[in-house]
Amino acid sequence: MSTLLEVSGVSVSFDGFRAINNLSFRIGVAEMRAVIGPNGAGKTTFMDVVTGKTRPDEGHVLWGEKSQSLLKMSEAKIAQAGVGRKFQKPTVFEDQTVEENLLMALKKPRGWFAVLAYRPSEHDLEHVVELAKEIGLSNALTRKSGELSHGQKQWLEIGMLLAQEPRLLLVDEPAAGMTPAEREQTTAILVEAAKTRAVVVVEHDMEFVRRLNCKVTVLHEGAVLAEGSLDHVTSNQDVIDVYLGR
Amino acid sequence: MQRSFIARNPSVLLFLALLALFTLVVTVLSEGFGVGVISTSFVKTLGKTLCLCLVAVAMDLVWGFTGILSLGHFAFFGIGGYMIGMWLMYERTRLIVVQSLSQAEIPPTPTEVVDAIGNQIFGVVGSSEFPWIWGFADSLFLQLILVVLVPGLLALVFGWLAFRSRVAGVYLSILTQAMTLALALYLFQNDSGLRGNNGLSGLQNLPNVSAPQSVVSLWFFWGSAFALAIGYLLAAWLVSGKFGSVIRGIRDNEARVRFLGYSVEIYKLMIFTLTAMIAGIAGALYYPQAGIINPAEIAPIASIYLAVWVAIGGRGRLYGAVIGAAFVSLLSTWFTGGQAPDIQLGFYTIKWVDWWLVLLGLSFVGVTLFAPKGMGGLVDLWTARRTPNRHGADLGPDAGSLREAEAKQ
Ligand SMILES: Nc1ncnc2c1ncn2[C@@H]1O[C@H](COP(=O)(O)OP(=O)(O)O)[C@@H](O)[C@H]1O
Ligand SMILES: [Mg+2]
Repeated sequence: MSTLLEVSGVSVSFDGFRAINNLSFRIGVAEMRAVIGPNGAGKTTFMDVVTGKTRPDEGHVLWGEKSQSLLKMSEAKIAQAGVGRKFQKPTVFEDQTVEENLLMALKKPRGWFAVLAYRPSEHDLEHVVELAKEIGLSNALTRKSGELSHGQKQWLEIGMLLAQEPRLLLVDEPAAGMTPAEREQTTAILVEAAKTRAVVVVEHDMEFVRRLNCKVTVLHEGAVLAEGSLDHVTSNQDVIDVYLGR
Repeated sequence: MQRSFIARNPSVLLFLALLALFTLVVTVLSEGFGVGVISTSFVKTLGKTLCLCLVAVAMDLVWGFTGILSLGHFAFFGIGGYMIGMWLMYERTRLIVVQSLSQAEIPPTPTEVVDAIGNQIFGVVGSSEFPWIWGFADSLFLQLILVVLVPGLLALVFGWLAFRSRVAGVYLSILTQAMTLALALYLFQNDSGLRGNNGLSGLQNLPNVSAPQSVVSLWFFWGSAFALAIGYLLAAWLVSGKFGSVIRGIRDNEARVRFLGYSVEIYKLMIFTLTAMIAGIAGALYYPQAGIINPAEIAPIASIYLAVWVAIGGRGRLYGAVIGAAFVSLLSTWFTGGQAPDIQLGFYTIKWVDWWLVLLGLSFVGVTLFAPKGMGGLVDLWTARRTPNRHGADLGPDAGSLREAEAKQ
């Protein structure tokens, strides 16, 4: 399978502290990957690097068929290129309705002039309704997203991510604060999405990772400790020592 | 969603209707066209107030909706005034000069005319040469273009430098204060080319117009009302659609907007520049009614007042900005104009001329602490009965912002 994202030899330090240490990672165009690791392993920082929020001290981040470097691009440009991100803490625009949130995320031209001239077409509105159905918010389209429950906000953010139609989804701890039933549906949405695009899921919950049924990358102290199937990595002695054994 | 703009924003129609009614009532009661109950000077005060409302709408766009606390928008307002003032002063002086030289035996050459105008205008600062910035002062058309172009360009350059390096929050506010301070200090100099601290004066006299001030004041009043109507419509349209979603998103969480693929800096720059141009237009309508503009008008405190009006009126909703600007500036005129009766405390007499600022400051603190929605929040008390109970009481990350009503606009 061809590679969508290739991260090689990336290091990030904060005031001398190495949060990411010579990290390498690659993912194909339609692949699901779970990234696990103890708190402070550098999982969120890894996403920061890919999305352009944090500039690494060294290393390469290459994107797409043309192996374009993401390091010189702004956050907005990277997002436009097809990298979508869900934050650890649900971040939706609380003051705006679910519909407005989704419309803002829909894959449409992002320039200010195009946005000024934009009027949602029937098709766009239908798309929003479909998305809302998928994330279980059909009845909440006109509600302020600030009124939603924590789990619903998580979903809305996932919905916004899908609306962006990214080629790569970076999902940071999606199941946090969700009920078991909600978790199951989240898994289903992510597995479905991974059929046509690359999905990287950071998660603590092993049960959740097991259900994703995909290759697992274990991060520790900013570097890859092990990679492979869940059974493979959980039987790795290093992994047991630093993470699972605690 | 597909309903018309007005149907989605009934408050806009209501606002325009009230503004039209107000304009009509003032006209009927004026000296120029009506029964003469309202003095010409009060018509001017009301016209100026409308201009302040317009610049407050601009401030609300940039601060209340986009979250950029600019404390420099009065500089753009002042620049607009200077730009129109240059033509007014030049043209009127030219007419006087031509008139007086026509008595001479030999007809004056064009250079003599220009020299004489220069003498008249710049005599107070000990000069008679026209500085280069007066290059277009003989053309009303060009100066009108400069009314929007100069504030727009200044905002564009300033904003580009500031937003590109991601200056935000308090630092940006301080930077805008520095900008307006620098501009004021520059203009105070006699060799700035704009007559130093004398400023430009006699702006209420329109060249080639013989109508009395009672009539001219109404022209400007109508012009100001019209500009406010257009500015309000434009602002309401900007904040209503997806563009409004994006800028409110920038206010609430700009990083998130970036990760959705929007270039936050470009949007900020666009709003900053546009509102500077609106401020320029408001200033160009204001100063002919005031009659004089000098660098003190651009002092940093003026821009802070602007923020105070919007905060008291209720930021994040356009009518709030208008209410705040109108209410506070009229009240301020009343208090500082010596009309408010002094309060005798026996041992001390409260003179409002001195104490008004203290009162304003206390109101500002009070509003910030106890009524973050400002006066516009009172409207919610009325509309709350028509909207379903919202369980998430305060919806935003920042309790000071107004969430509910603005989204309805
Ligand atoms: N902006 C920052 N400044 C300083 N240290 C940071 C910053 N961001 C992350 N770190 C540190 O980097 C390490 C990795 O953090 P993070 O990527 O958030 O871990 P994870 O998401 O795997 O729990 C942590 O020790 C954290 O304290
Ligand atoms: Mg994390």
